[in-house]
Amino acid sequence: MRGASGGADSFSRLVSGVIGSKPDRVWPDEGVNIMKIKLFAIAALGAFATACASTPEPVEEPIPAPQPEPVYEPAAPTGPAEGSIEHFVETAGDRVFFGYDRHDLSAEARAVLRDQAAWLMTYGDTRITIAGHCDERGTREYNLALGARRANAARDYLVSQGVDPSRITTTSFGKERPTCRESNEQCWAVNRNSTTTITSGYTN
Amino acid sequence: MIRLLVSILLLVAAMAAPVAVHAQEPLRVDITQGNLDPLPVALPNFISVDEALAERGADITRVITNDLASSGLFAPIDQGAYIEDIENIDLRPRFSDWRVINASALLVGRITEQADGRLLVAFRLWDTRLETQMLGVQYVTAPENWRRVAHKVADAVYQRLTGEQGYFDTRIVYVAEGRGVDGETLHQLAIMDQDGANPSFLTDRSYMALLPNFSPSAQEITYVSFLEGQATTYLYDLETGRQEALFASGGRGVASQIDPDGQSLSARFTPDGSQLAVSVETRNGHDIHLFDLRTRELTRLTQHPADDVEPSFSPDGDRIVFSSSRGGGSQLYTMNRDGSDVQRITFGGGRYTTPVWSPRGDLIAFTKQSNGRFSLGVVRADGSGIERILFEGYYVDTPAWSPNGRVLLFTRGEPRSNGTRYEIWSIDLAGFNLRRLATGGMASDPAWSPLID
Repeated sequence: MRGASGGADSFSRLVSGVIGSKPDRVWPDEGVNIMKIKLFAIAALGAFATACASTPEPVEEPIPAPQPEPVYEPAAPTGPAEGSIEHFVETAGDRVFFGYDRHDLSAEARAVLRDQAAWLMTYGDTRITIAGHCDERGTREYNLALGARRANAARDYLVSQGVDPSRITTTSFGKERPTCRESNEQCWAVNRNSTTTITSGYTN
Repeated sequence: MIRLLVSILLLVAAMAAPVAVHAQEPLRVDITQGNLDPLPVALPNFISVDEALAERGADITRVITNDLASSGLFAPIDQGAYIEDIENIDLRPRFSDWRVINASALLVGRITEQADGRLLVAFRLWDTRLETQMLGVQYVTAPENWRRVAHKVADAVYQRLTGEQGYFDTRIVYVAEGRGVDGETLHQLAIMDQDGANPSFLTDRSYMALLPNFSPSAQEITYVSFLEGQATTYLYDLETGRQEALFASGGRGVASQIDPDGQSLSARFTPDGSQLAVSVETRNGHDIHLFDLRTRELTRLTQHPADDVEPSFSPDGDRIVFSSSRGGGSQLYTMNRDGSDVQRITFGGGRYTTPVWSPRGDLIAFTKQSNGRFSLGVVRADGSGIERILFEGYYVDTPAWSPNGRVLLFTRGEPRSNGTRYEIWSIDLAGFNLRRLATGGMASDPAWSPLID
């Protein structure tokens, strides 16, 4: 594939050199695990339906943190270990929700974040990442910026409650990591959130 | 930079001077109007004296035919209707045979293997009414580059008949979307020829890659990588496959003051390729910055508490268009390259994002959201006049201009039971010829290369 001139060399390099040297040529499989996605989506929707049954304003209403099951046998506690990730999720709640195109914290969101802050003050060796998420009703870069605002709003509130900012990192996934994949308002409301993940210092 | 065209020899040829049989204007496709009447063209297979090359001649003609048809400006006539069997392209065709099947233009070609193994592709474009040769050119190239030669021929025909540069010998970088084993969405950078041929991945599935843009030389792209856990602007060299975070180390200017926890988003090149405009998150929200690729200096251009994102340069490099929520909902603004003289250019209801300056300079393409719908539109760069909506649908994002400013690619999303399905579509600037781009699966974020030299 040599040409008679420099131009021909460049021609060849552009066409076969660059393209041929790339990692793999297999197209991503779209069909995998649709069942799993569906089940997940339905579970998330179920949680939301419960939440909005009690309120006329589904958009602004956050989803309450899951409540522990009542325990009838006082002996042999079966809940998550104190200081574990599951313990954080159950006692504080890992997500707070936002209105459409909003990044301000509702009263419910602040309540969840106060619980998160209290837990984080108790388990002071833990570190967290707060990820901001958006619904799909916005363009990609716009939503990356909006997700960052949501994560920052949650971080700033935790810091105002006494959590050391050096324990917190933030990130934004925009609309790219939705909890729920269906195209309706209930789903979008679930996807507009900031999610706090314990990244280190927790009990296994 | 690279002078690709190996050799162009005018085949003006020793032929009898053409005789005009009808007093007519020379053949010309009017592309200023919506395409009401695509030009009928006849495209017999390129011939070869060598039997072994006959199939390649048909391949080349197929690529040219597909290119011309995809523009919506040409209507290739089915080969089954052809009367004359072209056996020698150096003889004048029997024009009446082509007129009777309503072909306004006739493209004939021949491929030959040279002694050095290279492919010689010669072609003539005829005006069947005036019985004149409109074009006679030959290209020499390595045999494996036959597709690019076919695109070059299509570009030459397009340019001769429309008066504007073609866009067929180009490539498209985009995000290939798939589903991983846990149902998560995968976002990998991929590249292909403009017509969907030769697709391959540039990044693997271990991290998310979004929002690519080409450099003016088509040798580099910028994109947003999640390799480090959050959105980070990367520069990717297509020739070597090497990539680097833009502000990774040794950054000057305000680069050292950028919050390490902050993200950096899609970057677009200046027309001369020396600098990038990019939105970077500071403690003050997202602001537009200028990054000099030679000095590695980062300069802040906007300092508004609202988010300023999605910068794009005018083709003369003097101004930048961006979207900002400084006025409440997101609207489009332009400013000088140094950040001065900010002008708002959209005032409609709804949310305006993803501004991209046309290569011709006069228009800016955008995404608009209103009443729960998304649309693709264009507005004059100075904000005068009224916006024109080209397409409306469930979801629209990331418009990208063809290098001649005639066609727009965009991400189009339609709701499906297992989530929104994203595909890349194209539409003519006049609002016709809506087509799906031939990607292998779900795809988004198209970026169109300049014409490859």
